[in-house]
Amino acid sequence: MKRFFAFVRKEFYHIFRDKRTLLILFGMPLAQILLFGFAITNEIKNADIGVLDNSKDVTSLELINRIKASGYFKLAEYGNNTESIEESFRKGKIKLAIIFDRDFGKNFQLGKNPELQIIADASDPNTANTLINYISSIVMSFTHEKNINNKISLINTEFRMRYNEELKGVYLFVPGLITIILMLVSAMMTSISITKEKELGTMELMLVSPMKPYTVIIAKVIPYTFLSIINSAIILILGKFVFDVPIQGSLILLMAEIILFILSALSLGILISSITDSQQVALMISLVGLLLPVILLSGFIFPLENMPLWLQYFANIIPAKWFMIIIKSIMLKGSGITDIWLETLLLAGFTLVFALISVVKFKMRLE
Amino acid sequence: MKELSIKVSNLSKRFGNFVAVDNISFEVDKGEIFGFLGANGAGKSTAIKMLCGLLEPSSGNAEIAGFDIYKETEKIRKTIGYMSQKFSLYEDLTVAENIRFFGGIYGLNKNEIADRTKYILDWLKISNLRDVLVGSIPLGWKQKIAFAVSVIHNPKIVFLDEPTGGVDPITRRQFWEMIYLKSGEGITIFVTTHYMDEAEYCNRISMMNKGIIEALDTPENLKAKYSSVNMDEVFLKIARGK
Repeated sequence: MKRFFAFVRKEFYHIFRDKRTLLILFGMPLAQILLFGFAITNEIKNADIGVLDNSKDVTSLELINRIKASGYFKLAEYGNNTESIEESFRKGKIKLAIIFDRDFGKNFQLGKNPELQIIADASDPNTANTLINYISSIVMSFTHEKNINNKISLINTEFRMRYNEELKGVYLFVPGLITIILMLVSAMMTSISITKEKELGTMELMLVSPMKPYTVIIAKVIPYTFLSIINSAIILILGKFVFDVPIQGSLILLMAEIILFILSALSLGILISSITDSQQVALMISLVGLLLPVILLSGFIFPLENMPLWLQYFANIIPAKWFMIIIKSIMLKGSGITDIWLETLLLAGFTLVFALISVVKFKMRLE
Repeated sequence: MKELSIKVSNLSKRFGNFVAVDNISFEVDKGEIFGFLGANGAGKSTAIKMLCGLLEPSSGNAEIAGFDIYKETEKIRKTIGYMSQKFSLYEDLTVAENIRFFGGIYGLNKNEIADRTKYILDWLKISNLRDVLVGSIPLGWKQKIAFAVSVIHNPKIVFLDEPTGGVDPITRRQFWEMIYLKSGEGITIFVTTHYMDEAEYCNRISMMNKGIIEALDTPENLKAKYSSVNMDEVFLKIARGK
């Protein structure tokens, strides 16, 4: 045990004396969560729009005011003809244009299918989609309201966005960030710190010492486990108090799952370091082989459901995918272990397999 | 009867078809300074790795301090010290922290570590470097500290793999004085080197070439045998196969 602690202490010295390591460990999570939380967001506020009101009556004015009052749109141009709208689109002055038919108001009053054309700038498809959705719902509620005494009966659809009523981006980013940062810190930093000792030749010294190889490995990953737990706590606290991201489920369950994921990432890190002796290669493998799939295939940024089937199958072997499901369920839906036992089991299975392979691999390297 | 420290018989290591170490046998006495020489690729490193338990031999036997290298690697690891040609200390740790770490992994307790730290600092007269990061200390000093650290647990044998590479002659001289001191205390020194003047400091020398030991004797006897004035000549004659 004494040997073990001597090693762990040394490992902490390494971490706390290396400014770059510290920056990756603590600076990056902070920067990322603030960036994702504040700057990068799916919500659109005050989008510039143009209106071409050929109808020019009470109804069209009322609708325009309603749209302006929603807070999502800002009237950037009140056009006179199609050409000026066209030009504003080209210049990027407006993201969306609303064109009222000449008989819009008249037909509306008569209940005779009033026509409204909405054009969005789809050079950015996501924004266009979101804006169209906003407008549609405003128009729909407007129509409904005005139609109360009319003969046309409309189906009153009411939407509820469960677990994230306001469709806040941070709700997704906080779990996603925890996933990425844990993967990065645990797998990449461990693999680099082990290969560093190999490069320097100090690993040889460990191996001729009475320290057992597995003790070396465990002592090596303990500080990173510890720091990863602190890191996830920081992100959770920031998420809760700065961005109001709830933790509906049990905090203990959440931390237990986080530790399980950290373990799987650590064993991946050890695995990488047993493949190569060079820090550079370890870094590349971690970035390309781990980080990229985690970002792309965990469902963090791109929905898995829209991917081709083979890619969906491939995503199944990425532990981060399962962890994302687990952490989202616990945080946003308040799921208990009975809801996510399958995912937890899968994650535990991965961890076990990776750990076994890396232990065998590490042993083989010694002979 | 002399006490044997290392006993190697018919030790071989093959990597596929390539024979790195071919059936070598030798013995080293307790407290002896044993020079293990040979050109690059002669099989020195492979042999040392097998003796330290870093590499499993293909065939043959060896005993280190009386322990079998197949079955008693645990005990061997506690009995030997090791210093490699690469830096054997952590650059981002201070001298005292390095001593504490290596003392720690060899199982020394707090008091022992404090004693050994004081001993090393006094021995090398470097009390002023106690809390200095090793990375900012000149190479020669680093190597001397590394040697002192490699014998921190009073091993029976210490393996030095080119310990003086890239070090100036004066420091090398001081380094060898340290080796003599420890050899006098009964620690067996097993050393490889590229410097032929250093070979003369050894009690006995083995010359390896293409996996086999071509010659093994005291420096004087070798010089006489190969009718050379210095070890450089001996080395060249053996390497050229004369």
